Amino acid sequence: MTPLLQVEDVAKFYGHRIGCTDVSFDLYPGEVMGIVGESGSGKSTLLNCLAGHLTPDRGAVRFDTRADGMRDTITMSEPERRMLSRTDWAFVHQHARDGLRMNVSAGGNVGERLMAVNARHYGDIRDKAIDWLGRVEITSDRIDDRPTQFSGGMQQRLQIARNLVTGPRLVFMDEPTGGLDVSVQARLLDLLRGLVREMNLSAIIVTHDLAVVRLLADRLMVMKDGHVIETGLTDQVLDDPQHAYTQLLVSSVLQV
Amino acid sequence: MISVENVSKSFTLHNQGAAVIPVMAGASLQVEAGECVALVGASGAGKSTLMRMIYGNYLTASGRIMVGDLDVVSAVPRQIIQLRRTTLGYVSQFLRVVPRVSTLDVVAEPLLATGSDRDTAIASAKVLLSRLNIPERLWQLSPTTFSGGEQQRVNIARGFAYPYPALLLDEPTASLDPTNRATVLTMIEEAKARGVAIIGIFHDHAARDAICDRQFDVTQFTPGLAA
Repeated sequence: MTPLLQVEDVAKFYGHRIGCTDVSFDLYPGEVMGIVGESGSGKSTLLNCLAGHLTPDRGAVRFDTRADGMRDTITMSEPERRMLSRTDWAFVHQHARDGLRMNVSAGGNVGERLMAVNARHYGDIRDKAIDWLGRVEITSDRIDDRPTQFSGGMQQRLQIARNLVTGPRLVFMDEPTGGLDVSVQARLLDLLRGLVREMNLSAIIVTHDLAVVRLLADRLMVMKDGHVIETGLTDQVLDDPQHAYTQLLVSSVLQV
Repeated sequence: MISVENVSKSFTLHNQGAAVIPVMAGASLQVEAGECVALVGASGAGKSTLMRMIYGNYLTASGRIMVGDLDVVSAVPRQIIQLRRTTLGYVSQFLRVVPRVSTLDVVAEPLLATGSDRDTAIASAKVLLSRLNIPERLWQLSPTTFSGGEQQRVNIARGFAYPYPALLLDEPTASLDPTNRATVLTMIEEAKARGVAIIGIFHDHAARDAICDRQFDVTQFTPGLAA
């Protein structure tokens, strides 16, 4: 099996400070990888380098494109990369308002992404939007409402529908459950698990919440000060952490 | 089916003065298809540790652990995930599930993960839950609020949903009443008859003697404990 994403020796510096460095890994179709670490550990910098929002100073991020196989997304042209981020990639932001158009209806938010890949038939777009809103448990009578009229959890589910409607193969998520209360979090986690399984999605999830990665991620990468200090199977890293910092991180979680 | 070859394991506690605690050295164990082997030894001797090493939940420092034709010790995460999906089942003592997911879905998940269609998976889950006497009125509820015995039976139903050729059982009968205990023992017997290789930890000695073909004392491989 060929990897969907091949990351090789990626580094990003902010002046003389390290954003992230020496990051390499392969992600295979259907795999979900979690990246954990404290604030400032470089996990969001890394995610943004992988998703094309930041240009790394070094390294390669190769993606198995449908048309041409493995392509380095860092050296490809801007239009090509934009096309990828509209089709095969999705990015779920921590704050739904960063990933939604707040002054456009829910249906419009989902439909817009379809139109960006050349869907033109209004009826088809609306049907598909209703179908996806249903899958994220937003009832069809809310299709013409704007996201500003939605709760935080609903906005996050709408953002997920908007991202997944084009059938991406790789989803980047930045703290997807951050800022939501725990009961809403649980429902969102279950939704994400179901979608990952049904669509055979690969995903990279950045979070500081170890409970979230335990439930969502197959594999885990632990970062500190811009470096990857430990990787492995999620339950193995959490139950038998090898690095001093990971041990500290795991033992610092409050028991409920 | 399961072959543990000369494995060792120690824990290094970096945040407690970098104390190194050796917990296992030179352990070897073979389990054939259709065989059930009980891990025995005092509490803390390393029964659960060995089981977790076989499941890939704990890293193994040296040696080999073959499950089917995969060496768990040197396997990469996606190989272990695949192994757990189709070859090696594990019934732990504790139920760990996504909150607010129904009991039926929890039990059906191993089947859905291996590509069964939803109707078939749910039908199998219902058969297992009925057999283990989980009242039908609870099936749509999340098992997180269930009693200890009910949670354990949900865990067992989930562990037996997919026909794994190898199974790890950690105290499967610990908090069960006599009727349910008998059901679980019958299910283990049936799995053996199907040719499943089983490794179990049983503090219930009568259960252990009834279904296990032999015992494996981990104490002999515990550094500092062996006589």
